Amino acid sequence: MTPVLLEANGVTLQYKTPRHLVTATYKVDFSVHQGDRYVILGPSGCGKSTLLKAVGGFMQPVEGSIRIRGHEIKEPGPDRMMVFQEFEQLMPWKTVFENVLFPMKVTRKFVPSEARERAKAVIEKVKLSNFQDVFPHMLSGGMKMRVAIARAMALEPDILLMDEPFAALDALTRRSMQQELLALWDQLRFTVMFVTHSIEEAILVGSRILVLSPHPGRVRAELDASALDFSNADRPEFGAMSKRIHALLFGDEHKDTAA
Amino acid sequence: MTVLHDMDSAQQRPEFEQQPSDASAIGDVERPLSLVERVFNNEGVQRLTILLVLIAAWELYARWLNNSLLFPTFTETVGTFWHDIRNGVLIDRTVTSLRTLAIGYAFGLALAALFTTFAVASETGTRILSTLTAMFNPLPAIALLPLALIWFGLGTPSLVFVIIHSVLWAVALNTLIGFRSVPETLRMSGRNVGLKGARYVGLILIPAAFPSILAGMKIGWAFAWRTLVAAELVFGVSSRSGGIGWYIFEARNDLDTATVFSGLLTVILIGLFVESVIFRAIEARTVNLWGMQR
Repeated sequence: MTPVLLEANGVTLQYKTPRHLVTATYKVDFSVHQGDRYVILGPSGCGKSTLLKAVGGFMQPVEGSIRIRGHEIKEPGPDRMMVFQEFEQLMPWKTVFENVLFPMKVTRKFVPSEARERAKAVIEKVKLSNFQDVFPHMLSGGMKMRVAIARAMALEPDILLMDEPFAALDALTRRSMQQELLALWDQLRFTVMFVTHSIEEAILVGSRILVLSPHPGRVRAELDASALDFSNADRPEFGAMSKRIHALLFGDEHKDTAA
Repeated sequence: MTVLHDMDSAQQRPEFEQQPSDASAIGDVERPLSLVERVFNNEGVQRLTILLVLIAAWELYARWLNNSLLFPTFTETVGTFWHDIRNGVLIDRTVTSLRTLAIGYAFGLALAALFTTFAVASETGTRILSTLTAMFNPLPAIALLPLALIWFGLGTPSLVFVIIHSVLWAVALNTLIGFRSVPETLRMSGRNVGLKGARYVGLILIPAAFPSILAGMKIGWAFAWRTLVAAELVFGVSSRSGGIGWYIFEARNDLDTATVFSGLLTVILIGLFVESVIFRAIEARTVNLWGMQR
């Protein structure tokens, strides 16, 4: 079995809105292994994005702990690179190349010449070589997302955190981005944690699926989806998995429609 | 509303496929604009046309009025302007004004940077700065001039003080608004790579808020220039080497209206130059290039 990279023990997360103290997740346990495509799936309001933010170090659990390679996560760091849902995560004042170079420059993880080489290589991997001197405002949504992924991967983080990265894309672009992500994973075998509310996306992209129940988020199930991807999306196993997750999420009252 | 129940009615419309129709009649799909079209689309040309129309109106009205004490013609004004430039008086006065302005503007910007950096560090800092800007931004700088004269005496320090006052709050307010409107995602992606403190402000917040900061700098510049000319008009008399306001004041005392006009013309020309050359160039290289402003 592959070694454990990230471990969450009894994580309870709360945040304040101007009027309420919201409990996002309650006593969540999970562990991500090296090379996992670990998907957190749940309906909106199950605290899945909040959970990912906690792994990113942007908030602290009120109870429990999250550890990466045995060290407790206290603050954001470049070992956990995050790809957000919004397109505005790129710096509009930097070109595609400079955007990809920026994290390597500020963290000084690579010497300058190596950083430039890596930036070039990773931009080529996401097929944006022709656009490397272009500013983000001239790119389409899908291209911006590819730059964000390239920027995160160039730094070679321990784990890549993706918060519904394809949710704002149109259906066709989303499909091709999912395929590209899987193709990249096949080449590089990085570890990725991926948040989504789409059952189909979870099965296609994920190798392990953590199903959360809503209000507050609690672990409902952890499933193995490593055998299912685009090549067998029309097979009965795929449909069965989809129905199983559907039943887990929506419980008995929807069983008739799911069956 | 009619509801179609039978599927037959949907099938009555046949499907079809065809080759796209011949579009060659429209000529090139992308046609370069003609020279005349391009010239008139040029913003500089449009602005110049507006200026020429204004000048023509001025000249015609002044000639019709025929009273150079009340309203000298454009040619007369330009004649005086040229004369005073050649004998060096106007250049001297302008340089004096611009030197004072540059010192005040630079100090104002530096203070604004300092204040806003402290303000973004904490909630309390933000509150303090918003209260200060709310108090002092509406206060006309010129109203502080009597006070400044008591504190700093006659001369440049008093002028610099009022200029700083007019620049500081406008720039600080705009910068703070800019910092606050930086998208949360952009902030998080900055913190993600471990940026903190001054590096975070310098590498993420300032460039992300640059459109607002630049707008603040433009407003601050206009306030400073206005305040300076006004201050020189009121108290420049006592200053040994007067600026452009003093030049205007002197000419008015001599009832030399053409010279007053030439002083005003200088103020306008410098304003136009700073706005449409300096700030325009900064915009073209930054916010326009980055697509943060059209």
